[in-house]
Amino acid sequence: MASEQTKQWRTVISYSEDMRRSIDKVTANRMERMKQSFPKLTPEEKKQLLTKFHPDYKPGTTRKLIVGANRGEPVVNELGDIVESYSRINPEKTDLSRTDIETGVLIIGGGGAGAAAALAAQEEGARVLLCTKLRFGDANTMMAQGGIQAADKENDSPASHYLDVMGGGGYTNIPGLVQTLVKDAPSVVEWLEDLGMMFDKEADGTFVTMHGGGTSRKRMHAARDYTGAEIMRTLRDEVINRDIQVIEFSPAIELLTDAEGNCVGAILLNMETNEFVFVKAKTIILATGGSGRLHVQGFPTTNHYGATGDGLPLAYRAGAKLAFVDTIQYHPTGVAFPELISGLLITEKMRSLGSQLVNIDGERFVNELETRDAVASAIIRECQERGKGVRTPEGLVGVWLDTPLIDILRGPDRTLRLAPAMVRQFKRFGIDITKDPILVYATQHYQNGGVLIDEDGRTNVRNLHVAGEVAGGIHGRNRLMGNSLLDILVFGRRAGKDAAKRSRTAQGGKPTLEHVVRFHKELKKAAVSTDRHSPIILPDYRSKEAKIELEAFAVRGWE
Amino acid sequence: MSTDKSAVTIYVFGKQYEVPRNLTILTAMEHLGYRLLRGCGCRSGFCGACATVYRIHGDFRLRTGLACQTPVRSGMVFSMLPFHPATKARYDIKNLTPDINSLTRYYPEIMRCLQCNSCSRACPQDLSVIDIMAAAMRGDIANAADLSFDCIMCGLCATRCPAEIVQYNVAILTRRLYGTQIAPKSKHLQKRLGEIRAGRYDDELAKLVKMSTAELTKLYNSREIEAGEA
Repeated sequence: MASEQTKQWRTVISYSEDMRRSIDKVTANRMERMKQSFPKLTPEEKKQLLTKFHPDYKPGTTRKLIVGANRGEPVVNELGDIVESYSRINPEKTDLSRTDIETGVLIIGGGGAGAAAALAAQEEGARVLLCTKLRFGDANTMMAQGGIQAADKENDSPASHYLDVMGGGGYTNIPGLVQTLVKDAPSVVEWLEDLGMMFDKEADGTFVTMHGGGTSRKRMHAARDYTGAEIMRTLRDEVINRDIQVIEFSPAIELLTDAEGNCVGAILLNMETNEFVFVKAKTIILATGGSGRLHVQGFPTTNHYGATGDGLPLAYRAGAKLAFVDTIQYHPTGVAFPELISGLLITEKMRSLGSQLVNIDGERFVNELETRDAVASAIIRECQERGKGVRTPEGLVGVWLDTPLIDILRGPDRTLRLAPAMVRQFKRFGIDITKDPILVYATQHYQNGGVLIDEDGRTNVRNLHVAGEVAGGIHGRNRLMGNSLLDILVFGRRAGKDAAKRSRTAQGGKPTLEHVVRFHKELKKAAVSTDRHSPIILPDYRSKEAKIELEAFAVRGWE
Repeated sequence: MSTDKSAVTIYVFGKQYEVPRNLTILTAMEHLGYRLLRGCGCRSGFCGACATVYRIHGDFRLRTGLACQTPVRSGMVFSMLPFHPATKARYDIKNLTPDINSLTRYYPEIMRCLQCNSCSRACPQDLSVIDIMAAAMRGDIANAADLSFDCIMCGLCATRCPAEIVQYNVAILTRRLYGTQIAPKSKHLQKRLGEIRAGRYDDELAKLVKMSTAELTKLYNSREIEAGEA
């Protein structure tokens, strides 16, 4: 970072005097605390902690679906609102005789799963078209920091990995999907190595691996704390090199089905020109990602701008079955100070590297390597029930993540080498995380559930595959760190390969919007408000004043 | 939300507005009623979508930053540069040699580098882009890959380069050359892949898949955990 001399103009945001007093306590007991281990929760303690403090269990935050394939099953309110919702397309007014593009495999979504599927489908000989809402690579994959799990070391095995995944998910995960996940994991790492991804390695090629919350072996492979970014840019580079067609700023806003209910394409919206693009495809892969930007229960989020869960309503209207849509993952450590970046991700790797979580008095209150659901709940308990949180001048509350421990434990400059993104993130605002702790609180991170898939990413809708965060079943009710970067690649590649194979024989009929007509009827019968439309496409962060003016003049478009 | 509501005057694409002080360039635009499409991606400083140039009134310097990571300041005049028309070579990474020839074949313009350091000054990641380019010109792939690793490909370096080099695309080529052909391969990974192919874990996994929740729970709670932090 040689050019910092020129950048002294940056705004410095300092901890308040009250926060400083608390930091003094954290600093005072650091060396002694460093040596102490904190007991893990017993299964009974963990159950009680989750039931009482995990946001999933908060009364009134879920409801039962009243229409569609999962009618009668519980759903997070915000996800329910987008799946029980009218299309942005009016089926009566749409001319379906038009086809703008015909392709073999249509991939909807330009994140890690979509890119992996595109490469796999092309290798299988299919003609591939990838469309995406923002830029190719604007996805949660790009922001994943900590690592990717694979049981490839001597003391580890796919069976150990399997057990960790099932225990982490509360034994609710679909066993066949987990089996596929852990068995394919080493081959995914090999694939990334072959594509030229730069993993953290020892001089002899041995991967540097670490623990994550809930792992029994150190199997987190990383690329500093830019693991997801390194995966995404490598895959993107390869997709571009292979001349696979990519259409940016053009999300799918509805799927197309034939008379038999098979998926036969999608309607895209060019958001810059407001033109529709009708795509006919033999097989379709939905890889639209997660839904952090729905801000479940008002939580801030670690997710990218386009994470509005668009794939869920598209698949649901086409008749696909969902799974585990009544649970959301809250990452324990989102930024609570400075407010300017509140909710942003502080990677779990900081805890893997030895940072401890402490309250206002510098006391630990949870083992840092419990599963995410448990650590997030413990932080909420510390702040809400025990009143041991630290309040910021802006009125946010959080606990300390004692990051200076990393250099003390591992040697000078190790934080900078192993977590440069985190050092940089705070340095931008004048905070040195190797000297001072950082304030964190739970933040919406991951959609645990989604569209139910099988081992090849197939859904119950013929010729519709699903991969990535929009899929459900792999992680049960709680995902472990490093298993999302893994799952998007395992199931992205499998879906790509399978969809390509199927595209050779699939004989879809004439495109219709019959599924939308049927779904709209159901919604009307259930008296769902006709004001509700999905997909959401982008969140609206304009100030109230700005929105009110717009409403008054009834401006429409992708907004 | 803020204790300090005092407004600052900013100029969005040159147009004057008053906004609260506790905002970034990105959130200030949204506050004013902009609904961003281009120029907004991860909102966390990882994706490079929101490259922005700005000046402060009374200062001749042109400054750069990411809109999502730069707080607004009084007198700030800014413009987003969400796209840069860059050259991007198409190559088959496996058929290249990790040396200078691969770089100059696809990006011969790197040799026009003046070592003026405009790129480094523009980098919102504070990378020493000048050193990355120097390494590239020497054919030192490993060094260029290492120094450029934290690049988020926002394009600001390329917008400032008098030699019209697209530093971030050169850099990803060096990283992929390093990863494919210089980095040592992992032996333990190959061993495990062989075991998996030979079906060594099939029975054990099949047994686990069929196990009842009670049995799994028992196994999980009694599993041995490798010593480490926390």
